[in-house]
Amino acid sequence: MILARDQIERLAALASLEVGEEDAGRLGHELARILDFVRELDTAVTDDIEPLTHPLELSQSLRSDCVGEPVDRDRFQRDAPQTEAGYYLVPRVIE
Amino acid sequence: MKWESVIGLEVHAQLLTESKIFSSTPTRYGAKPNTQAGLIDLGYPGVLPVLNRTAVEMAVRFGLAIGATIGRRSVFARKNYFYPDLPKGYQISQYDRPIVMGGALDVLLADGSVKRIGITRAHLEEDAGKSVHDLFPESTGIDLNRAGTPLLEIVSEPEMRSAEEAVAYLKGLHTLVRYLDICDGNMQEGSFRCDANVSVRPLGQRELSTRTEIKNLNSFRFVEQALAFEMERQIRVCESGGTIIQETRLYDSDRRETRSLRTKEDAHDYRYFPDPDLLPLDLEEGFIDAIASALPELPRAKRERFEIRYGLGAYDATVLTQSRELADYYETVAGTDGLDPKLVANWVMGEVLAGLHRDHLEITGVPIAASDLAGLLARIGDGTLSGKMAKEVFEAMWSGGGGADAVIEARGLRQLSDQGALEAVIDTVIAAHPAQWSEYQAGRDKLLGFFVGQVMQATRGQASPKLLNDLLQKKRHPPS
Repeated sequence: MILARDQIERLAALASLEVGEEDAGRLGHELARILDFVRELDTAVTDDIEPLTHPLELSQSLRSDCVGEPVDRDRFQRDAPQTEAGYYLVPRVIE
Repeated sequence: MKWESVIGLEVHAQLLTESKIFSSTPTRYGAKPNTQAGLIDLGYPGVLPVLNRTAVEMAVRFGLAIGATIGRRSVFARKNYFYPDLPKGYQISQYDRPIVMGGALDVLLADGSVKRIGITRAHLEEDAGKSVHDLFPESTGIDLNRAGTPLLEIVSEPEMRSAEEAVAYLKGLHTLVRYLDICDGNMQEGSFRCDANVSVRPLGQRELSTRTEIKNLNSFRFVEQALAFEMERQIRVCESGGTIIQETRLYDSDRRETRSLRTKEDAHDYRYFPDPDLLPLDLEEGFIDAIASALPELPRAKRERFEIRYGLGAYDATVLTQSRELADYYETVAGTDGLDPKLVANWVMGEVLAGLHRDHLEITGVPIAASDLAGLLARIGDGTLSGKMAKEVFEAMWSGGGGADAVIEARGLRQLSDQGALEAVIDTVIAAHPAQWSEYQAGRDKLLGFFVGQVMQATRGQASPKLLNDLLQKKRHPPS
């Protein structure tokens, strides 16, 4: 089974990826193969099985509500492409 | 055709923790941009979230207060979408296994009736950062201080039928979260935010119509205005043969209208899945019981107690129990020996609340201590002050004049309630106006006001109004 063109476009949009003409066809094949592989799981009978949300059989541990982690803003902002007046700058987002 | 509106609210309450929900950076409001955004908040690769115990306790506290089922196992999930103020590209939230399920809030309506509004669920999640659009000419600035602040999202059933009911529910919720001390309720600063889902249907129709979602409602007034506008808009569209499109709309408080936020349909495909970085949250019975046994008196119980114990009406009791601090203030004054609880209610709801509103103060910053207000009201009770003089003393105390007795002394504001002394003044006034007095005695009732005015002038307003009236009546028709 091959993923239709509009399905590829939708996935690309959700992932914020630009997918060119020739890539779309190749990706359609590759994704379809992955889906076929995973589809084998559909044959398993899961009627009486609690959905597994985590492979480890452990519970979340909790931390005390204490402030601790230091924030070195200058250090973090060196990793960003553009900053000004303490803000991270991104291309203008119009709402 | 008669129309009915169907409203459901989603409220985001920022929880009053010191640190973030999954990291240990501070949650304080108003810090310099990005000085409270650490590695985890910024979504650096390789970091792991660790859940804040206090945030969990607060969610449980809320669930118990609305009679909900507490999820003994709840699960955190990733809600995937791209926006610059969301560094990881997903928000950690809860999806099909929230921590709070079901429950209800009893809401007091303006006509004094109580309506029960169902609460579908409440779940824990992290807040996003803030985008600043007006600071840089070419770019949007991102401040991630808010990223990771714990939120409780409280989702109501679509059970409200008017803007008034929606506001009443929202106010009830606002009061509750502050009673529980889990949220400061500051709508201006965004710690208590509301989105509304609204649709209209012909009265009598059972099934729900297409709804719109209104965002950006950061005051009770805006909620009321936006809902009223949106319901009217939808009715207009339906009556002119149009159809309602499911969409998100933004409320513009300047133009008092809602506007479509043309977002792509795709934006709503969040592809939730369990967050592999977080294990399931399992709560033991002892953990929940300990929180249950520490719950404070809740607004509804307090309101009912005020009605019974102090003989107050539903409206007064509701106003006085809006916050724990106000209720405590009232109770301290009303509990003073010899004071009439109804008189105390009138003063607290009248002068005190008006003064707080005028000076933009909270009850916690009230300039007149409860014991001082009790002292003032006692001076009305014992006849030292008339109601009018008491207001003057109150104003002086409000602006730092000290206790009631000190103000009364300093201003010579003692009510003239000595019968002999007042009679002497009245006689002088009558002697000065013999013609008017004869007319008054002959039946011109209107002249009573004239004599009251003259005596008040002569006593610099200190004559006891009640005694003065009694004496004037007695002198008008002297026993023969």
